[in-house]
Amino acid sequence: MVAVASNFTKPMTALAEVFTKTTSHEINLSFGSSGKFVAQIENGAPYEIFLSADETNPQKLEQLGLAVTNTRFTYAIGKLVLWSAKTGYVDKNGQILPNAGFRHLAIADPKLAPYGLAAEATLKNLGLLEHLRPLLVLGENISQTQQFIDSGNAELGFVALSQIINDHGQISSGSAWQIPDDLHPPIRQDAVLLKKGELNPAAKALMAFLATREAQEIIQAYGYGIAE
Amino acid sequence: MLTADDITTLWLSIKIAGITTFILLLIGTPLAWWLARTQSRWRGFFQALIALPLVLPPTVLGFYLLLLMGPKGLVGQFTEALGLGTLPFTFWGLVIASVIYSLPFVVQPLQAAFAMIGRQLLEAAATLKAGSTDIFINIVLPMAKPGFLTAAILGFAHTIGEFGVVLMIGGNIPDKTRVVSVQLYNHVEALEYGRAHWLAGCLLLFSFIVLFILYSALKIQTNSQSGK
Repeated sequence: MVAVASNFTKPMTALAEVFTKTTSHEINLSFGSSGKFVAQIENGAPYEIFLSADETNPQKLEQLGLAVTNTRFTYAIGKLVLWSAKTGYVDKNGQILPNAGFRHLAIADPKLAPYGLAAEATLKNLGLLEHLRPLLVLGENISQTQQFIDSGNAELGFVALSQIINDHGQISSGSAWQIPDDLHPPIRQDAVLLKKGELNPAAKALMAFLATREAQEIIQAYGYGIAE
Repeated sequence: MLTADDITTLWLSIKIAGITTFILLLIGTPLAWWLARTQSRWRGFFQALIALPLVLPPTVLGFYLLLLMGPKGLVGQFTEALGLGTLPFTFWGLVIASVIYSLPFVVQPLQAAFAMIGRQLLEAAATLKAGSTDIFINIVLPMAKPGFLTAAILGFAHTIGEFGVVLMIGGNIPDKTRVVSVQLYNHVEALEYGRAHWLAGCLLLFSFIVLFILYSALKIQTNSQSGK
């Protein structure tokens, strides 16, 4: 049983397919928010591997003694984009932000979602956070943030690159500006082997598989960076 | 302890619930009266329509409202044409959503109360040349008092507890749409169990007190009526 952060749904489904084909192991995937998974794992949920959307939640599980030490690694690095459902709305350098000719700017709740935290850091580094704060609407997670923008209720917002690219690695609709890495701390997504999976060969095999070049290439194709 | 933020969200919830209950009593009364008296074949249709929020997951309602009230939706285009902007992410957007969401909790008790008032009594009053306003104020209102009490309290309490709809269309803006149920959910998601306990405890106590008052008041009502 693998607990997967919901932003990683698509790549993980593809990875699971390759994994079950090349090995004889079966895996079950459960998608949800990282915070909820931590609460569930603390209360005895049967997950064996945890793919978090951040690095602090797996660390917390390590400290609580619920994860196997020395198994944590960064399986993907999230890329943040400023996105609008309208074509030609967001320019290549994000000049739209200081001009502020919009009513709502959607971000994921910085308290709950690492992409929200990165979005807030970006606005702060651009010196626009206080200026734009009255226009912010917060999605409970990054998918909801995308819904706010996709439905047009917010003209633009910060989402993950992986949400808006197609199979060819291009923006599938609307317009976007990929945020330069130096504007926010990296969004490291860490995986960790949980105590319940310590003795399961399939869980160990999947952890090893995620770090292989084959898996990392799939992860990149879905719009993530990989750890150097 | 409850923080200033928590108290702001509590107060906002009370404000939304109060306004919603007031609006619901205004439109629910004629609606319930019509439903209780009509022989129309449309009665079943409207009764089913009003009861829908009872059975639909709030997210379904929230999803439709997000699209309908958005700039591409019918309601959204109408409110924009009036120069009001769009309703999601606003206080009044939440009030309107709450009116729809809590409608059956007000209409159904009222309808049941009105149906209990015998036709003969109303006809007798009319024979004695009582006007319809007179009949309503001096016969219907006193007799349906327990119904009004139940309707108001259930409508109010149900709106306070509203969560799924607010999550979908609220955007979690402090002072405007960050209500107590969303705040509580965020505390749990962020693993701030201490703060979550305080808020959850307050809501539990509030719900119990409301229901306790309701049932005590209803008992007094029915006792005094049967004692006549």
